[in-house]
Amino acid sequence: MNLFVEGFAWIFDPANYSGGQGWIVRLLEQLAYTFGATAIALLIAVPLGYLVGHTGRGRDLAVSFSGGFRALPSLGVLILLGLGLGIGFKAPLLTFVIIAIPPILAGAYAGFEAVDRKTIDAARAVGMTEWQVVTRVEIPLGLPLLIGGIRSSLLQVVATATLAAYVSGGALGVFIFDAFATRNYPEALGASILVTALALVLEGIFALLQKLVVPRGVVAKELKDVRQRSSRPLAAAGVPAQEGK
Amino acid sequence: MFTAIKKGRLVSGLVAVSAVVALAGCASSDPLDTTSTSGSSDAASGPIVIGSQAYYSNEIIAEIYAQALEANDIEVTRQFNIGQRDAYLPALESGEVQLFPEYTGNLLQYYEPDTTAKTSDDVYAALAGALPEGLEVLDQSPATDQDSYNVTKEFSEANGVTSLADLSKVTTPLTLGGNSELQTRPYGPDGLKSTYDVTVGFTPIEDSGGPLTIQALKDNTVQLVNIYSADPNIKTSGLVTLADPKGLFLASNVVPLINTDAATPEVTEVINKVSAALTAEDLVDLNSQSVNDQESADTIAKNWLDKVNLF
Repeated sequence: MNLFVEGFAWIFDPANYSGGQGWIVRLLEQLAYTFGATAIALLIAVPLGYLVGHTGRGRDLAVSFSGGFRALPSLGVLILLGLGLGIGFKAPLLTFVIIAIPPILAGAYAGFEAVDRKTIDAARAVGMTEWQVVTRVEIPLGLPLLIGGIRSSLLQVVATATLAAYVSGGALGVFIFDAFATRNYPEALGASILVTALALVLEGIFALLQKLVVPRGVVAKELKDVRQRSSRPLAAAGVPAQEGK
Repeated sequence: MFTAIKKGRLVSGLVAVSAVVALAGCASSDPLDTTSTSGSSDAASGPIVIGSQAYYSNEIIAEIYAQALEANDIEVTRQFNIGQRDAYLPALESGEVQLFPEYTGNLLQYYEPDTTAKTSDDVYAALAGALPEGLEVLDQSPATDQDSYNVTKEFSEANGVTSLADLSKVTTPLTLGGNSELQTRPYGPDGLKSTYDVTVGFTPIEDSGGPLTIQALKDNTVQLVNIYSADPNIKTSGLVTLADPKGLFLASNVVPLINTDAATPEVTEVINKVSAALTAEDLVDLNSQSVNDQESADTIAKNWLDKVNLF
């Protein structure tokens, strides 16, 4: 029979989704890793990114850090942390936080940087304090890029969270590791389909969210003078300039 | 602008759909099916192709076969690090790879998952009957590399445990650690229960008895772990391998698996000599040179062949 069909048959077999060992529980674990790691990464990376973006200090460091950390091999980090922290959920969670930080950090400082200097000068000219410049101008205008960063973090973690099973951390990888050892390919494919579906759903939600957070005034403005753009890209567009959309 | 977005969506939609179609196309056949039989099965003429698993110990044995054959003026080609049985057994049958170091118990279990053979000789006899047409095994070696349950020395001393049978006296809860497939293997938790009346929990750790497993044992997250008996870490980490008086584990001796076309009398004679000389202690020692001294398979094989001085 078609292996693809068997993969779906595995997913819809009640024996495979119900109970403490079923995929519903494992899917929730996968989501818990994804949102848990992204939330912790947000707490660390957003203030740091905003600081870099607002002051312009440490920019080189932030760029090389977020670039370099993206290249870390996740499984290697996981094993290293697993040796230190023991098996269970802690080592995978920390690994996923490390994976999630770079895109969010990049999104946060790039969002601030992409705000047109003229807009900031104008904000200062009307008498806004530094704090007001940050909270009323830079944060709202930089939000689309930050959401873009969060979106890419979530996507990366949700796909990588399968590795947690390597150190006894649960999540959907349990089925994949088990399936390869026992040559149960429908199980491997079924679990992979679940991970893919989860990633696509999250991606869809955040793509929508990214559109929604573009400030209304900015959208109106962009629609009007689309041909008169200055050579600097307007932050306002909500288009991640670096992602080359 | 809206049309642009719509177009973008249309394109990504098309990409997604065609990807699914392409995937479905792949999935309709066995992903591991090798349709091309590029390797020649005319073995006698060309060099003999030796393969190995992506397991350092297996690669050392394969390298020993290779150097032993070379020492007897038989040409060889090395195709090491092939990975799982699913990948290399079809290649052996088709003759793309011709000689491969294997393990009797695990290989028998691959072809006959329900086998009842346990002892070394029974397993070897059953294996000869289980192999598909075109494959045969040469003499098995006294060296074994099989599953074994291990505890820390502290645990062994504190509970007076040296054998799996002693585990039933232990009153504290026991958790077994090993690769996830161990949970469903006949020698897993169910086998412990039925053979030795020992009840254990199970924690999957996917590094095949590697450093994470040993760390979990030392942290007392698990009390019992599955490690291959030839793993030098058993000695270096001060673990105690529990005896298996009732034969829970399938014996698994090192055995050369060969494509019948390649099993010429010369090759058979050389490889059988190697198998006879390779003892269980030798194998642990060879593995130790790889793990602890970071020697290459090439050097380790050469040193061993020099030591046993067969040719």
